[in-house]
Amino acid sequence: MKFSLRKSMVVGAAVTGLLATGYAAAQEQFVGLASYRVGPFGSNGASLYGGWIDYMQMVNERDGGVNGVKLTWEECETEYNNARGVECYERLKNRGATGNSVFQPLSTGITYSVLDRVAQDKIPMVTIGYGRTDAADGRVFPWVFPMITTYWSQASAIVNYIGSKEGGNEKLKGKKIALLFHDSAYGRESHAVLDKLAERYGYELTKIPVANPGNEQQAQWLQIRQLRPDYTILWGWGVMNPTALRTAARTGYPREKIVGVWWSGSEEDTIPAGDAAKGYVAAGFNPAGKNFPVVQDIQKHVYAKNRGNMEDKDRVGSVLYNRGVVHGIITVEAMRVAQEKFGKGKPLTGEQMRWGFENLKIDEKRLAALGASGFMPEMQITCEDHEGAGMVKFQQWDGAKWNVVSDWVKGDRQLVRGMIEESAAAYAKEKGITPRDCSKEM
Amino acid sequence: MLYREAGQFKASYQEDAQIFPIRQDRVGFIALLAFFFVVVPMIANQYWLQAILTPVLIFSLAALGLNILTGYAGQLSLGSAAFMAVGAFATYNFMLRIDGIPFLVAVVLGGLCAAGVGILFGLPSLRIKGFYLAVATLAAQFFIVWVLVKFPWFSNYSSSGVITAQEINILGFAFNTPETKYLLTLLVVTVLALAAKNMVRSTTGRKWMAVRDMDVAAEVIGIRLMRTKLQAFAVSSFYCGVAGALYAYTYLGTVEPEGFNLDLSFKILFMIIIGGVGSILGSFLGAAFIVLLPVFLNIFLHSFVGAALPPGFGSNLELMIFGGLIIFFLIVEPHGMARLWQIGKEKLRLWPFPH
Repeated sequence: MKFSLRKSMVVGAAVTGLLATGYAAAQEQFVGLASYRVGPFGSNGASLYGGWIDYMQMVNERDGGVNGVKLTWEECETEYNNARGVECYERLKNRGATGNSVFQPLSTGITYSVLDRVAQDKIPMVTIGYGRTDAADGRVFPWVFPMITTYWSQASAIVNYIGSKEGGNEKLKGKKIALLFHDSAYGRESHAVLDKLAERYGYELTKIPVANPGNEQQAQWLQIRQLRPDYTILWGWGVMNPTALRTAARTGYPREKIVGVWWSGSEEDTIPAGDAAKGYVAAGFNPAGKNFPVVQDIQKHVYAKNRGNMEDKDRVGSVLYNRGVVHGIITVEAMRVAQEKFGKGKPLTGEQMRWGFENLKIDEKRLAALGASGFMPEMQITCEDHEGAGMVKFQQWDGAKWNVVSDWVKGDRQLVRGMIEESAAAYAKEKGITPRDCSKEM
Repeated sequence: MLYREAGQFKASYQEDAQIFPIRQDRVGFIALLAFFFVVVPMIANQYWLQAILTPVLIFSLAALGLNILTGYAGQLSLGSAAFMAVGAFATYNFMLRIDGIPFLVAVVLGGLCAAGVGILFGLPSLRIKGFYLAVATLAAQFFIVWVLVKFPWFSNYSSSGVITAQEINILGFAFNTPETKYLLTLLVVTVLALAAKNMVRSTTGRKWMAVRDMDVAAEVIGIRLMRTKLQAFAVSSFYCGVAGALYAYTYLGTVEPEGFNLDLSFKILFMIIIGGVGSILGSFLGAAFIVLLPVFLNIFLHSFVGAALPPGFGSNLELMIFGGLIIFFLIVEPHGMARLWQIGKEKLRLWPFPH
C-alpha cells in the first residue's frame, strides 16, 4: 500500500495544529465536557450531557451568558473508559481563556483516575451522585465536590424511606431487607452503611451479588423468593435493572417492595422492562417531568429555535435529562457565586471556580428564581462539607412515567458524616495530606 | 542509497550477533532513543507527556508481554489485563506494607507476583491449545478481578476497592512531574524491551518459537514443553505486571480492579494483531495505533465536522472509521504494521534505483 507523503503531511500538520491552538477569546467561560455517547452507557450519557448542554445553551440564549460571560464548551468522547477520560481531561484542561472551569466525567472510574491531577492543575471536579464518597470531607479533598448526595447518604435515606413506609424506623426491627447489588466497587459502596443501620434498627440484611453485567438473575431471585424479604433494595447498573424487574415479575415478587437507587431509577431502566416495572420505586435527587419552569424555558429558548442537543426530543424531561440540567444549574450557579467575589462579567480561573463551588448556596428562594422548585434539593456547600444536601426523593413508575411519591428524604447525616470523616482521615494519613483548617478559609 | 550495508563487514561473532547488524539501524536506533529521552521531555507539553506518550509506552509494554506469549510461544491469552492488575495491586501492597522498600524493587516484586499467577493460569496450556486455551485464560481475567474486589485486604480496606499509588521516590529523588514520570516509564520500557529482544534471539526465544510452530516436533528434538510454555507464561505475565504497576504509578495514580477488565485484555490483543504478531517493534506500533487513533479521530471530527453533525453522530462515526481502518490494515497487511515497516526497509535498500 502507498501513502502519499504530501497527504500524510497535511493530515499530520492539521492534527498537530489542532492540538496546539487554544480557543482564545475574552469574556467566555469554557466548560470541558468529558462526555460519552457510545459504549455501554452511551444512551445514559447522551441524555445527561444533552440536558447539561441545553441548560448552558439556554443561559446563553435567554440571559446572554452569566453576567455577560458567554458559556462555551467542547465535548470529548470518553466511551466511559478511564484511559480515554484521562486523555480528555488533559486535552480540555487548558482550553479557553482561563482553562477548563470544572471537570465532571460522570464516571466513578474516571473520577478516581484524575483525582490527583485536579489538585495539581487547580481545576475543581464535581461528581454529582457518583465518585468518591469520602471526598465529601472538603478538608482532605479541597478540589473534589461529590455534590447533592453521596452513595452513603442515599443508602441511609433509603432505609429511612422504608422505615417511614412501615411507620417509623423502630418498626424495622425484625424486618427482612434484601440488597440486590451489582458486584463491583459501586455495588459494594452501600454495605458499610446498611450494616451499621441494621445493627441500630435491628432489621435483617441479606446481600445478594449480581455479577456484571447482570442479564441473568434467575438464581438471585430464587433466593429472594425463599427469603421473602419485606423490601428489596436494587443497587443496579445498566442492563441489570430491567432484568431485575422482569425476573421479579416472573418470580412473583411485588414490584412495590423494590426500592432502587438513582442509577436504577430512570426511564432507561423501566421502559425495557415493560409492564414488569409498574409500581417500582426508585430514589433520585431530581424528579422527571417537563413541567418545571426551567425545562419549559429550555423548550422555549433552545428547542423552539432548533438549537437543542437531544436527537430524541421525547427524552427531554426524562430523569437523566433533568439530572443533566441539575449539573448545568450547579455549574452556572457556582460561576455566579464566584463572579460576585472575583468580578462580574469576567471569566473565572479554576481556582476562582473552586471558591464558587465551595461557597455555593442554593436555597428555596434561589430554586424558585431558577424555576427549579422541587426539581433539586436545596443545598449548601461549605469548606468542610462538599456534599451539601444528602437528600433524595422517591419516585414510582406507573407504567408510563415516574411520579414523585415522597418529599425530600434525608439520610442519617450524623452517621454518614462520621464515616466520611473516618475514611477521609485514613486517606489523608496514607497520602501524607494535612487536612485544611476550615476556620482559616474565607 | 543511504540505507545500504555495502562495505560493512562483520569480522567477529559478536558483530555478527548484535541486535542491529546494519550500521544505519544502530545509528537510527540511538538517535531515536536520544530523541525520546532528551528532546521529547524538552519540547513536549503536559498533554503530550501525560495523555499520549506515557500510556502508549505502558500499553506497548503490556502488548510486548502478550506478544511474547502469543506471538513467540503461540499460546493465545485473554488474561493480559488481569496480569496487569496483579502487578499493580502487588506493587501497591509491597509499597504499603514494607517500610522503605525502593520503588523499582516493589515493581519487580509486583512483576514477579504476576509471573507466579501467570504460571498458575498457564498450567492448562499443557493440555489444551488454541482457542480452548484462550477460554481458559479468560478464567484468569474474571477470577483475578473478582478476587481483588472480594478481598478488601488487597486494596487496604478502601471502601470502594480502589488503590491510590504512593509517591515514587528513587534515591531521594521524587518522580512527581509529568517529565520525570515519563522518563521513568521510558527507561523501564526501554530496558525491558531490549531484554525481550535479546530473549527472543536467544535459546529461550528459539525454544518458544519451536513450540509455537509445532509442539510435537519441538518435543522430539528435546525441548521440554512444560518448562518452555510455563516460562513463556511467566515472562509474559511479568511484563504485563510491570506494565500494570506503571499504569497505576506513573499514569493514572488511582486505579480500581474494574479498570482491568476484559475490554482492556481485548485491546492489548488487538494491539499485537494490528502491530504484528511475533514482533517486538509490532508491539510498539500496535499500541500506538490503538491508543492514538481514536484520540486523533475524536479531535479531528470534533474540530472539523463536529458542529455540523448531531452530537452523538461524531462519536459513532469515530468508531466506524476506527473499525474500518482496522479491517483495511488487516486486508492490506495481515502480518501487521511491523511487516509494513520491514517491507519499507527492503524497498529503501533499493531506493532510488529499484530494478
